[in-house]
Amino acid sequence: MSPVGPEPVIETRGLSRNFGTVRAVDGVDLTIERGEIFGCLGPNGSGKSTLMRMLLGLLAPTAGSARVLDCEVPRDVERLRSRIGYMTQRFSLYTDLSVRENLEFAAEIFGLAHAERNERVASALAAHDLGPHADHLAESLSGGWRQRLALAVATIHAPELLVLDEPTAGVDPRSRREFWERLFDLAGTGVTIFVSTHYMDEAVRCHRLCILREGRRVAEGSPGALVQPLAGRVVDVHVEAAERAIAALRGSPLVVSTTQLGDTVHVLLRPDAPAASEAAGSLEQILAAAGITGARAVAGAPNLEDVFVALLAGERFDGPGAPRLPVSP
Amino acid sequence: MSGGVSPVRSSLRRVLAVARKEFRQLRRDRLTLGMIVGIPSLQLVLFGYAINLDIRHVPTAVLDRSASAFSRKVIGELAATQTFSIERHVRDEREAVRLLESSQVGAVIVIPPDFESRIRRGRGAEISILADASNPTVASAVTLAGQGYARTLAARVAPFSTGVPPPSDGPDALGAALGALALRLPPRDRATFGPESELVRQEPIRIEVLPFYNPERRTAVFIVPGLIGVILTMTMMLMTALALVRERERDTFEFLIATPIRRPELMVGKILPYLLVGHVQVAIVLTLGVLLFDVPIRGSIVELGIGALPFLGAMLAMGLVVSAVARSQFQATQMSFFFFLPSMLLSGFMFPFEAMPRPAQWIGELLPLTHFLRIVRGVVLKGSSIADMLPEVGAILLFLAVALAVATVSFRKRLA
Repeated sequence: MSPVGPEPVIETRGLSRNFGTVRAVDGVDLTIERGEIFGCLGPNGSGKSTLMRMLLGLLAPTAGSARVLDCEVPRDVERLRSRIGYMTQRFSLYTDLSVRENLEFAAEIFGLAHAERNERVASALAAHDLGPHADHLAESLSGGWRQRLALAVATIHAPELLVLDEPTAGVDPRSRREFWERLFDLAGTGVTIFVSTHYMDEAVRCHRLCILREGRRVAEGSPGALVQPLAGRVVDVHVEAAERAIAALRGSPLVVSTTQLGDTVHVLLRPDAPAASEAAGSLEQILAAAGITGARAVAGAPNLEDVFVALLAGERFDGPGAPRLPVSP
Repeated sequence: MSGGVSPVRSSLRRVLAVARKEFRQLRRDRLTLGMIVGIPSLQLVLFGYAINLDIRHVPTAVLDRSASAFSRKVIGELAATQTFSIERHVRDEREAVRLLESSQVGAVIVIPPDFESRIRRGRGAEISILADASNPTVASAVTLAGQGYARTLAARVAPFSTGVPPPSDGPDALGAALGALALRLPPRDRATFGPESELVRQEPIRIEVLPFYNPERRTAVFIVPGLIGVILTMTMMLMTALALVRERERDTFEFLIATPIRRPELMVGKILPYLLVGHVQVAIVLTLGVLLFDVPIRGSIVELGIGALPFLGAMLAMGLVVSAVARSQFQATQMSFFFFLPSMLLSGFMFPFEAMPRPAQWIGELLPLTHFLRIVRGVVLKGSSIADMLPEVGAILLFLAVALAVATVSFRKRLA
């Protein structure tokens, strides 16, 4: 097929899509390299599905351009079909066909000859442990099994690029773990994976990710690089009366947000606050003033959720290493 | 009840809440709204046009063996009744029957070679009309028109045959000519033309109508083969009308359009299984028709199967057109009905095609059912061969090609 070159697998420039007067995706630039698991994190309605559908040629962009596997999309997308696997957000297989029949249909529609079809279906059933359910109707499967079937179908034709739209929504934690193990196996074989999620624990596992908010790409980078700008802005307060402590800290001009984690209150400081090690003392004083005793505040490590919260508060992270640009209040 | 809202009132409130919600949804469903106005309007117009049991303009062939001034005059007057529309002249009976068989004409007027001489001799001439009784309404109309003409002709001749000199160029030239002839006859023969003579009672020109194909003129014989077409129109269209919409409603659509499947492949793949289903339905209706209604099957079953193929394809393709446009199964059903209605009314199934006004017939000619009815009635009732009806097959194939192209073009591998 096409030579494996330095060309990125997915490259978009100013990709936008309007629905009526609503701009669902707004000028998104993306570069996804071969073999990486690239995450797309964002709340519901942030444009994740629309972005993916444009990359698959299922929606025409209103503006901007996209290249996928060296082809212009949506113009040349039909040539790409057999090189891409797609798992839709909602289960989109035939519930009135059995697991095996769904796999066979997918294999045939992707143009596999009879012998190869049987071989692929057998290996997919084995690889996804679907063997015992092979002759069950898809409608009888639970969420976790449906998701396995959907991944098996999406990969039946050995695609180079896998696009997964919230594949683990509504799936139990164990199935989610197993699912991600399979994704890493696939990535290990050179498959590029573009996956959307709204689970932070999944986002952290991606090689790189972008964060969408109201259709705009508000951050991009590796999970480590994304939290970097927040270094020195997190304080963990260990306190017994966590609820009262939160009430007291919320009023402070130093604090952006508080998150309760058992007996710990995870505090994100404002960009203009002193560094965490200094601010910790101030927080202890605030609590003491509120009559809460025994609180111990220490500098903590920022996580993706803090990035999210900061973004919600209006801060901007335009890619790794970009200067922080606090939005004036 | 006690204190606050009564159960009746809260129940009413819920009823109204549902009604309001339905109304709001309806208001946003443009297509359904259109159907609310469109279906009754269409029905009224079509029924108004089509329900016209007063048959006119039956396509008619003439086999004029007499080729005389009299025969031409009589043919002209038969045409003037407007029941017959003289479309061709044939030279022998074989050709006449072939035209009847292939439904190109509904009646053939046969004038015997001795027509003129019999009139001149005052013997009372005879005309035969071969009527296609596979459609009993047409046969009845032809009979009525023929007999009616013979009677009025008798009444017209009577005054001239009693001795009153006829005007040479009066309004009723034929009646006058017949009367004048009678006057020139010897008195013995002349009496036979008198008002109370045998011949006047028997009519100077007798018209005999020979019903072909369904001599008993049973309606079931006519309706059952037609029902094959009607049933197939309805079932085939709905099968495919729902085919794409169902994928859309069940989310499998998004999976499907992200695969390498090409649009024509999808269309043909959706049609193929139903061609078999359609043939099963043909077999069911025919079997029941034979068992329950004694419908004679004069032609070849194999030919009927072959003749049904393009029609099944055309209906399935039309269903795909609907399916490519409709957004929900409900809309698809409505749109199918919108197509089904004219097919029922303007194809000649419910009301005789010959009885419809020209514009309704033009629309009818566009509908595959019109052509299929001719094929199925031809094969089943007249033993016709598909080879005799290639223009009908061609019309259906043309519809099939256009519908398939429209369906393919209006189907997009896109979500919005």
